[in-house]
Order: sequence, then structure tokens, then C-alpha cells
Amino acid sequence: METKINLEIDGINISVEKGTTILEAARRLNIKIPTLCHHPDLCVAGNCRVCVVEQEGARTLQASCATPVSEGMVIFTNTLKVRTARKHIIELLLSEHNSECTKCYKNGNCELQSLAADYKITNDSLIDLVPFKNYTIDNFSPSIIKDDSKCIRCQRCVRTCEQLQSVSALSVAYKGEHMKISTFLEKPMFEVVCTNCGQCVNRCPVGALVERNYIDEVWNAIYDKNKHVVVQTAPAVRIALGEDLGIENGEIVTGKMVAALRKLGFDSVLDTDFTADLTIMEEGTELLTMLKKAIVDKDSSVALPMATSCSPGWIKFIEHQYPQLLPNLSTCKSPQQMFGALAKTYYAEKRNLNPADIISVSIMPCTAKKYEADRPEMRSSGYKDVDYVLTTRELAVMIKQAGLDFKSLPEEKCDSIMGQSTGAAVIFGASGGVMEAALRTAYEIITGKEIPFENLNITPVRGMQGVKEASLKIMDTLPEWNFLEGVTLNTAVAHGLANAKTVMDSVAEGKANYHFIEIMACPDGCLGGGGQPIPTCREIRVKRNEAIYREDAGMALRKSHENPEVIQIYQEFLEKPLGHKSHELLHTKYTDRKSK
Amino acid sequence: MNSNNLKKTDVIFGIWPCMEDNKYPILEAVINRNPDDIIKDIINSGLKGRGGAGFPTGLKWKFAASQTESEKYIICNADEGEPGTFKDREILLKVPEKIFAGMAICSHCIKAKKGFVYLRGEYKFMLPQLNKVLESFHESIRKTGYDFEIKILLGSGAYVCGEETSLMESMEGKRGEPRNKPPFPVVEGFNNKPTVINNVETFVNVAMIQKLGVAEFVKLGTDDSRGSKVFSVSGDTPKPGVFELELGMKLSDFVAEYGDGDTKAVQVGGASGFCVPRKRFEDTIIGFEGVPTGGSMMLFNSTRSMYNVLSNYLDFFAEESCGQCTPCRVGCQQLIQGIKAVKKGSKNEDYLDSLLKLTESMKITAKCGLGQSVANSFYSIVTNFKEEMIY
Ligand SMILES: Cc1cc2nc3c(=O)[nH]c(=O)nc-3n(C[C@H](O)[C@H](O)[C@H](O)COP(=O)(O)O)c2cc1C
Ligand code: SF4
Ligand code: SF4
Ligand code: SF4
Ligand code: SF4
Ligand code: FES
Repeated sequence: METKINLEIDGINISVEKGTTILEAARRLNIKIPTLCHHPDLCVAGNCRVCVVEQEGARTLQASCATPVSEGMVIFTNTLKVRTARKHIIELLLSEHNSECTKCYKNGNCELQSLAADYKITNDSLIDLVPFKNYTIDNFSPSIIKDDSKCIRCQRCVRTCEQLQSVSALSVAYKGEHMKISTFLEKPMFEVVCTNCGQCVNRCPVGALVERNYIDEVWNAIYDKNKHVVVQTAPAVRIALGEDLGIENGEIVTGKMVAALRKLGFDSVLDTDFTADLTIMEEGTELLTMLKKAIVDKDSSVALPMATSCSPGWIKFIEHQYPQLLPNLSTCKSPQQMFGALAKTYYAEKRNLNPADIISVSIMPCTAKKYEADRPEMRSSGYKDVDYVLTTRELAVMIKQAGLDFKSLPEEKCDSIMGQSTGAAVIFGASGGVMEAALRTAYEIITGKEIPFENLNITPVRGMQGVKEASLKIMDTLPEWNFLEGVTLNTAVAHGLANAKTVMDSVAEGKANYHFIEIMACPDGCLGGGGQPIPTCREIRVKRNEAIYREDAGMALRKSHENPEVIQIYQEFLEKPLGHKSHELLHTKYTDRKSK
Repeated sequence: MNSNNLKKTDVIFGIWPCMEDNKYPILEAVINRNPDDIIKDIINSGLKGRGGAGFPTGLKWKFAASQTESEKYIICNADEGEPGTFKDREILLKVPEKIFAGMAICSHCIKAKKGFVYLRGEYKFMLPQLNKVLESFHESIRKTGYDFEIKILLGSGAYVCGEETSLMESMEGKRGEPRNKPPFPVVEGFNNKPTVINNVETFVNVAMIQKLGVAEFVKLGTDDSRGSKVFSVSGDTPKPGVFELELGMKLSDFVAEYGDGDTKAVQVGGASGFCVPRKRFEDTIIGFEGVPTGGSMMLFNSTRSMYNVLSNYLDFFAEESCGQCTPCRVGCQQLIQGIKAVKKGSKNEDYLDSLLKLTESMKITAKCGLGQSVANSFYSIVTNFKEEMIY
């Protein structure tokens, strides 16, 4: 039974479902009410008060984001009272805020700034409170910079970290005028349980939480004649980059992105997709080896289920929260780091370059990968495997700085070697993508046949559901794999660390019967990564998701093991998956960060 | 003017005790009555909450009773944090059994099985005594076969935790931040279950309405302000302390009794209340039709600087605000800096008008009563003592 509520907003009658907020009802009428603390991904806070509206008969104004509609309600969104109050609230926020827009990283993409612009806050009636404050900047993290002087205390970050990520690295400390967003014991974010996922950065309306950017460093490397600068781009970048460059959400811009990178001056434009495919070869083999040990050798020390390891935010999460389950992690490095290690070995050899002269840059949808590149173990080439990690957003900034008209760029292709992609690699950008890619390859290795899904589309692991489960019965195995005959492979896919927690709790309690788990730290996977264009919300991410699967469907090669460059690197360099070289360059180890 | 105009009463502390020989006769009587009839009694008594907001108690209970959820709670708000208020302390010390009785009556009306007393942290010393009374209360109602249990919890020490939803957050182990309303506690309160929260004194009044009968109760006070009220009298007075007086008195009568002969203003209702200047004593009624109070009456004589008084209040609010909402958190800081700037001369006196406008916005946009009520003392002090703000 659905109950409809009738109300009137600015003289227009509307009928909406019970539980709808005034804000939502107004939006349906295309009435724009400004908001700051409200975010479509998060629970209601109702603390900034900028969304207030007038309700006939009510003593106070109502926060429209937090007030459900009621029968016969009469709402006005633009009265003198409302305007005066809103203006006061914006002025108050600005008075506590280090408003130095022209020197601010968020200049041009800041919700407070655009509100101030909309309301033409030009007078300086209130007293500047910033001099009375003892604001600090935390710039110790390789991923994120937290500047309290820009914080408007909307608590979006707190809700993000707690509700979407189950991390609670950020919380509200103190009260009254001293209230602030803080970490445990006010330590730098670098030293607490923060996973560097950047989801808080994606939702901070202002410049209080931003990525640490390496734009100038990368420009300098490009300008340096003595350096050979290679760039890799992650699968999720090409389906979102356009959003920051005036192109519609959901459009794939792979070719233009490659053209832009070339124009920026990178010496070689390569593709993380290549090492995504390589990951499938390594991780798939690792899984099959584990299964064999468990089933044939009855080795009880085998840690199943095996979990994917390509999301560095997830790695830091498990290192802090479930150190006892670290043996369950695949030892594969993320595709970014595999790429980095190969760029300064295999690639250097093939191109006859001194690895010391190579600067390796990666473009990622992710802030955690900045941290990952800095991990001390990520130097298997003998050098820092990945020198600089830029987010999708930073790449967009560089493209703008270079004065490129992105929309009119031609479509170009990546260089070779290490520039070949497949559909399997492309879908790494979506939640369930690694699982699907792995299954496409593993099934074929085991049975010699293509996986029995229409057009190779393993739909049960696709989509935005927080935890997805799928089982696959293995039949008609090739002789060497006959120990898997009739085995039902159980898999789970989770995205967003809150969902990861659900899955891992059940693993930790011994309740899960999975063999293989895919986990991505960010909600909806890399396409919703902490380095992707701002704003973000489900609607936007759904479009990115569709784009990814469109790209996959349109590719000639859709299976990792068919990537010719992958075949080639095993022939020329790595020999075989899990071989000696692979171990040295493509696999890693983890750290228990709980006991520390 | 003489003090005879003030009607001292003895409903709360005196008249009948509601516990005799460790038994609660009124409870036994009440339990056998139809809950709706009792709620009607409370409505007809005209009783309004004594915690400050003055919401009609009977109506609150009626809403709670109409909720179909099986799990419901009752909370006695004993957080008493309003500056200048110490009347609940006296009630808790002297007649705790009446509080428990009131809560039990409420439990019967709304069908709740569990009650809590949220006790101000500083009142921890009362715990042994309160628990002793509570034990015999539990024993005595158990004998009647009635199922209701009360637990005493210690507050966290923040003023804002006296705000009902913040109190519930704090009870749930969370940060004491007020919630969005609606939903109101009677629909979604503690643990998101229907909850009645009332002030200590409100519960005592309920017990006494049952004891005295509605007809007797309504003889006290005025149409809009029924019953008597316990006042905490402080400041420049020869007679500081806790006194029970009939509601609806003239402030001038009050000052005649408690003033020191030189009273220039009375702050009615604590920091979140109103400051009434001498020229308004005669026409100010203390009650819901005039200036309401949760109990605090603070007298100031001519030696007091009203600038300092206001400045202290603002410091208190800036410190005690939970800090989550913009108008309250930043507004308080602006008011503090604003009156300082005017005093120093770095802003001219017109700036006070800008600040008054700001408080109007705070009043209608702040998320809870704390931020909404900063305007009360600010407006009444600044407009009545403007020269003290400037010179
Ligand atoms: C900041 C703030 C502090 C409050 N502190 C108290 C308090 O200490 N005791 C109290 O009974 N009510 C307090 N209240 C009022 C409560 O929110 C609530 O209205 C009251 O407990 C309801 O009881 P009543 O209807 O019996 O008055 C406070 C309100 C606010 C906004
Ligand atoms: S956070 Fe926004 S408003 Fe603040 S300085 Fe930066 S751009 Fe300007
Ligand atoms: S980066 Fe992720 S884990 Fe760290 S504070 Fe932000 S949301 Fe929390
Ligand atoms: S850091 Fe950003 S998201 Fe967090 S409270 Fe401050 S302004 Fe809001
Ligand atoms: S008005 Fe003040 S105390 Fe109340 S919610 Fe807002 S900041 Fe917190
Ligand atoms: S957007 Fe509604 S209170 Fe912040």
C-alpha cells in the first residue's frame, strides 16, 4: 500500500510518496533549493541549514533536506525570510572559512564558492573569525590533504567514512566553536586507519579534503629532456574523464584521452589494461593452484577463499581490520604496480632505455594508488616502480592547462608494447569486473571452452548491488584439471568497504563457503573511485558502469589470455604465470597493521 | 506592593507523600484505571512541561499512547544544565518517590515497560540514595504485579545533552548531537522507539494531579499556566534558594519578595531565557502567557554590567553548542566578537542592529532549542541595555 501525500510548494500542488523530503519534492518540480551537507549517497544530516524553507504556520524555517512532507503542507522556498536566513548562513560559513578562492585547489569546483556566487555575497558585514582559530593543515599523507581552515563541518566525510566505508577514520571532535573533524587522537591521516580511498575527498563540498596533486612534478618530468616519461591509464579513467572536460557523463573518451596524453608530451602512452590482463593470468593461476592444493593435496593450510588484491584501499583496510586474513589475499600487485615494475625492466630492455631515465606516471581513478606507489616494497625494478600517480581529476587539470580542446581531439591508439587492451581488462573498472575477467579465462583454461554465458556476459556479478554472489558448476574439464570436475565454484563480489566488511566478517567467522572473492574499496568499484570527477552519485556511476560494459562488448578481444602482448611477454620475459620473474616483479607481501 | 501577592505553595515538596509504609497507594489506584482516562486528566489539568519548552504533557502522552509499537520508553530528564537552575536537584533530593510514581503512571498510560532517569553527571553523589528509593519502589510495584522498571543513567556533562534528542543519542552511546525533528521522540525516540521524555518536575506534577484530583490542581495558577512551579532564585538576592510558587505571578511581586531593593533586571529562564528590565516588572507575568521559565530566576542589581552578563551567556552558548549546525556554531562566535567590537569601538553601534538581525535568523534556522534561544537573551539585553553595550 503506497500512501501519497499532497502538499503545495511555491503555489504548485504536488503529490508524492510518504517519506519524501521537501527537498526531493521541490526537485521534482524543478525548484532548486541550495544544499551543502546533503549528499545523495549519504544519510541525512541537516546540519548546514542552507536548505531552509518556510512552512506556513511553522514558527521556525524547516531544513528541507531533513524534513519529510506531510499532508496539506504549504511550503515557500523563496520568501524574504528564507532569503535573509540563507544569506546569513552562507555569510556565517564564509566568516569561519579561509576564503582564499584564488589560491585554492578547489577553485572552480566548490559548492561553497558557487553558493556565494549565486547569492552574491559581496559585503563584509560579519567579522572574520579565521584569525581567532588555530587551523592546521595535515599534508603528511601521500594521498590526501586535509585543510581544516576550509572545512565547513558538513560531516559528509564523516558519514562517508563511517557509512560507506566502515572505517571511521574521521569523526567529529570537540563541541561548540571548537568543533572540528578529526582523526583518532588528532593524528595525521597517514598514521591512522584511513585507507586513502578518497571517498571523503569525492564528497567534500569544499577544499578541506583534496588529493595530494603531483601535477607540477609530472609537468617537470615531461619538460625534462633527459627523461623518458611513460604513462599508463587505468580502465576506469576513460569512462569518466570526459565529465571534467565538458563531455556528457557516460561517454567513453579512450581515443581522445590517448591523443591528449600524447599532446601533453608523454613519451609513450601505454595502458594499465595490459597489466590488468596480466593480473588475470597471475591471479587466475594462483587461484587454480590453491584449489588444486586444497582439493588434490588436501592441504588444510591453504587459505580459501582467495581475495583479489588490486584495490590498494582494500589492502590497507584488510591490513588494519583483518590481519588474520592476510594469507587469503592474492599476492598479485595491483595492475598499476605490475605495470610500474615492468616499465623499468621489460619495457626498458625492449626499448633500450636506462631504467634510471624512465619516469613512470599512472593516471588512476584512485587516491589510494598514490599511497600504494609510495609503499617501500614497490621498488622491485630497483627503482620506484611508479613515480607519480595522478587522478582522473588531475589529468583533466593538465589537459586544461595545456589549452587542449578535448572535445575536438582525434581518437588515437595507445603505443605498443604494454599498450594492448581487452574487454576483460576494461571491465576491471566496474565492480564484478575482475571476477568476470577471471572467470572468462579460468573457465577456458580448465575446460578448453568458452564460459557458458551469452556473449561472455557474466551478468550475475554485474550491477550495483553491494554484495553479489555467483556460483558456477565446472563440467567437462580438460584431463589435467579433472580434479575440478563437478566442483561448484562459489564467488562473492563486494564494493565499498562497508560491504567488504559484511563479506569479510562472514569469512572471519567461518560462515562463508566462497572460493574466490573480489573486493573493491570504492562504492561501485573503480568507476566510483576517490580520484574520479566530482560530483559523484549513483546516477552518475550507473552511466559510467554502462559505458564500461559497452566498451567491453565492442572490443574484438574480450579475454585476458588472448591479449597478444600478454602472450608475448610470457614468451619473451616472464616465461609463465607464477614463474620466477613474476614472483620477483608482479607479486608482493602485506603488513599486519593492527598489532602495530 | 507586598509579598502577600505571591502565593507560595507546597504541592511538589509537601502535601502528601506518595509513598506510605514503602507502598505507593496512588499507583495501585492508577493501575486499575483506564489509561485514556488518566491521559484525559492530564490534558484537563492543563499541565505543561516544566523543562522549558512548555509542551502540554497530556498531549505528548496521547501521541505516545497512540503509537502501535510494542516497545516504548519513558525518560525522566534530570540533566538540569541551564545556568541558574538547581530546582530539579532539590526535587531529586527531597521527593524522588514522586518522580518514580509519575513515571510509572506514564508507563501505564502509554504502555511502556522501561524507564530511565538521565541524571546530570554532577549529581552522581545522589546515586546511592536514589537507588535505595528506587529499590523499594521496584519492590512495591512488583507486589502489585505491575511490570515496570526504572534505571538511572549518568549524563555526559554537556548542556546540550539536556535537549531531548541529544540526550537519547547520548543514551545510545553516540555523540550528543540533537537529531532532526520530525520524527519526534513520541514516534521515534530512544532506540528509535516511541518515547515520552519529561522533566523531573513534570513527573512529580503528574503524580500530584492523580493524588489531588484535577479539580484541585486547576485551582492553582492561571488559564495558560496551571499549577505551581519550583523556582531557582539566584543572583543579587538576600534569599537565594529553591521556592515553590503558584504560576502566573507578576514579576514585580516576585522582585518585591526576592529582590535586594536595587534590582535592575531579572533573567527569567536562565541563559536561554529573557532578561526583563525594571520598567517591565509590573506588566510581566511569569508563566506561559508572559515570560515562561524552566525555573531559573536570576536577579541583577545596579552594580551589574549587563554587557558582562550577556558576554558570559554568549561564551556559555559558544562553548556548549554541539557545533553541528551553522547558525548556532558560527552565530554564537559572531555575537561574541560583535559585541566586543562595538564595545571597543571598532564597529559602530549600528552593528548591534546587524547582530539583532542575525539572531533572528539563528532563531528560525538553528537545529535545536539551544541555537534557537540564543536570540532571547541577546535581544532582551541588547535592546533594553543598549547604552551598556556601547559605553
Ligand atoms: C539545550 C537544551 C537543554 C535542555 N536541557 C534540559 C534539561 O536539563 N532538563 C529538562 O528537563 N529539559 C531540558 N531541555 C528541554 C528538553 O529538550 C525537553 O523539551 C524536555 O525534557 C521535555 O520535558 P517537559 O515537556 O516535561 O518539559 C533542554 C532543551 C534544550 C534545547
Ligand atoms: S574551499 Fe571553496 S570557498 Fe573555500 S577557498 Fe576554496 S574555493 Fe574558495
Ligand atoms: S580516505 Fe577513505 S578511509 Fe580515509 S578518511 Fe577518507 S573515506 Fe575514510
Ligand atoms: S572536511 Fe569537507 S566533507 Fe568533511 S566536514 Fe569538512 S567540509 Fe565537510
Ligand atoms: S542549535 Fe546548536 S546545539 Fe542545537 S544542533 Fe545546532 S549547533 Fe547543536
Ligand atoms: S542541506 Fe539541508 S541542512 Fe544542509
